[in-house]
Amino acid sequence: MLTDALLLQLGYNATLVAIGATLLGFAAGSTGTFLFLRKRALVSDAISHATLPGVCLAFILMVALGGDGRNLVGLLVGSAISAWVGLLCLSWLTRRTRLAEDAAIGAVLSVFFGFGIVLLTVIQTMGSGRQAGLEGFLLGSTAGMLWSDAMVIAVGGAVTLLLILVLRRPMTLVAFDPEYASARGLPVHRIDLAMMGLVMAVTVVGLKIVGLILIVALLIIPPVTARFWSDRSDRVVLLGGLIGAVSGYVGAALSASAPDMPTGPIIVLVSFSLFALSLLFAPNRGVLAAVLRHLRFQCRVHLRQGLLALAQGQPIYERLTLRLLRRAGLARADGVATDTGRARAAKALRDERRWQVVRSDQTHEAAAALYDGLRDIETVLTRDQIDEIDRHIGGPQGVPA
Amino acid sequence: MMGAEFVPLSLPPLLIGIFAAVACALPGNFLLLRRQALIGDAISHVVLPGIVVAFLVTGAVTAGPMMLGAAGAAIVAVVLIELIRRLGRIETGAAMGVVFTAMFAGGVLLLEQSDTSSVHLDVEHALYGNLESLIWLDATGWASLLDWQALRGVPTELPRMAMTLVAVAAFVLLLWRPLKLSTFDEGFARTVGIPTSLLSLALVIVAAVAAVAAFDAVGSIIVIAMFICPPAAARMMTNQLENQIWWSVGFAVVSAALGYVLAGYGPIWLGASNAVSAAGMIATVSGLILAIAARFGPCRTRSGAPAEG
Repeated sequence: MLTDALLLQLGYNATLVAIGATLLGFAAGSTGTFLFLRKRALVSDAISHATLPGVCLAFILMVALGGDGRNLVGLLVGSAISAWVGLLCLSWLTRRTRLAEDAAIGAVLSVFFGFGIVLLTVIQTMGSGRQAGLEGFLLGSTAGMLWSDAMVIAVGGAVTLLLILVLRRPMTLVAFDPEYASARGLPVHRIDLAMMGLVMAVTVVGLKIVGLILIVALLIIPPVTARFWSDRSDRVVLLGGLIGAVSGYVGAALSASAPDMPTGPIIVLVSFSLFALSLLFAPNRGVLAAVLRHLRFQCRVHLRQGLLALAQGQPIYERLTLRLLRRAGLARADGVATDTGRARAAKALRDERRWQVVRSDQTHEAAAALYDGLRDIETVLTRDQIDEIDRHIGGPQGVPA
Repeated sequence: MMGAEFVPLSLPPLLIGIFAAVACALPGNFLLLRRQALIGDAISHVVLPGIVVAFLVTGAVTAGPMMLGAAGAAIVAVVLIELIRRLGRIETGAAMGVVFTAMFAGGVLLLEQSDTSSVHLDVEHALYGNLESLIWLDATGWASLLDWQALRGVPTELPRMAMTLVAVAAFVLLLWRPLKLSTFDEGFARTVGIPTSLLSLALVIVAAVAAVAAFDAVGSIIVIAMFICPPAAARMMTNQLENQIWWSVGFAVVSAALGYVLAGYGPIWLGASNAVSAAGMIATVSGLILAIAARFGPCRTRSGAPAEG
């Protein structure tokens, strides 16, 4: 069943939804990356909640004009207008008053959403509103998706991607260093608004599939996931888009393969599992990589300290140190050094003395800054420099010649 | 509207609304100043999986386990956000966004998968509550307020919300000085021996308790609105924390009362026959208050910022 769904064999509606969700996921993932890099991820929460009054007003208006209240294009235009108004309120509150952005986000999202709910109850009491099904916009409803709905989503997603392509350089610049961008003469405020406009477009397009409460997840989770895999912004944008697309596709397929599997929440949960996997297993930034890095560091410190102890003839009591020395063939079980061990220990002690010279000598200032008690001196100084230092130290002392 | 039906039909929801609004606005003042205003938003999303799990475990819609489940979910969310923030080195906003949307999605999925058709438990209810249905059938008029028999029939949400309000107020009152100090100058508070991280956690827990109790009675939308709008509006009115708290309490009471009355009677005054959502109307009124305060409040701009041109 699942393979059928993944291969788009489950019929017309499921195929439409899967394609729509994939496109939406890609657009949302790549748009969200700029928002995440700008550290304003939660602004999308305010924007998406602010769409509700617009959807309701558009419905009321279309019914009042004698049309079909459920026309998707009309509803989406309404939602875009009210999201834009919400965005302007948000921007006004943060720029013109003392409110911090998080408070402004919360205020806009709760008030717009509350007003939307008032309008929803108004619609419920209107004669023609009984079957409006506008609640579907809260959590998305893909059951009766039409070809025209899918086209709206596809066109909207494509336009969003095109705009990202055009605006990616200024948006990246503003995300990383708004002061520099402003010094370069870029209109930072307007670029920010354009970024938010893109987020709004994704939100509006995604209303039908994942709904306004969960679209935030598609704008935040894929970029955060992508960030684990790369430090280059262009790759994070692309990866964010891909992760979003995979989440959308797999989520839509999963939800079509079994009953009682709402599309929106499944897509969100798929992207969350990708996030959890990345958090644990990503190279470099992942938790597992960090643990391994820490363990390797621990081994090096213990070996180094063990060698210095051997060189100075001190007994070693620490179990881990002993075990590491023994495994490296540097010491026997009773803590006595082997021949290699003695050689390595002598070298370690000599290196330590060399470092002392380096650190007390102003001319080696740059090299001395690299001292951390573990670094091999050969990786920092040339052979000639080391020979020079050795001449200062002199030969072994206290031993008859 | 002050007739005999006011006491049984309107007084309990009105009081519950006011208590919930004030209980959320009090900790909201501190959360706002600490730039943690969106905690209320996150908590109100994550209680959904909590109550669904509680329902699946107990098989009934009872208040006790549901509140436990919601509180448990709130704690899980706070821990998860902190974990993701530290382990993944991700900024707080994004970490919050990841956690609360995923948990909310999980809650919706659980709800769809389980058979909840027999009971009144759905996403809409969680979002905008059911304030209007909290009526007091045993009351016959104002005299019932003194009638012990009738008082026992008061909706259970009323005493519970009142107790929550008392607990929240007690927390703010008892820990006033440390709270104020650590909110404005955490470094100084630490040097004089205040356990700031513990206090910060306690504040989040108190906020969660208020949110969960209010959520049960009035739905999550009021919770988010009341955590933010009254304190934010109060912030525009004064530079004194004491005064800000009083303003915010006043704004919360006005929002709840006016919102409830407008939702219940406004459409009738306009000639329509059905009431609109009280929860939504309360949030809307609080937003209007914030808008007026943000436009005309005496302390609306940042100190040092140029006057609005």
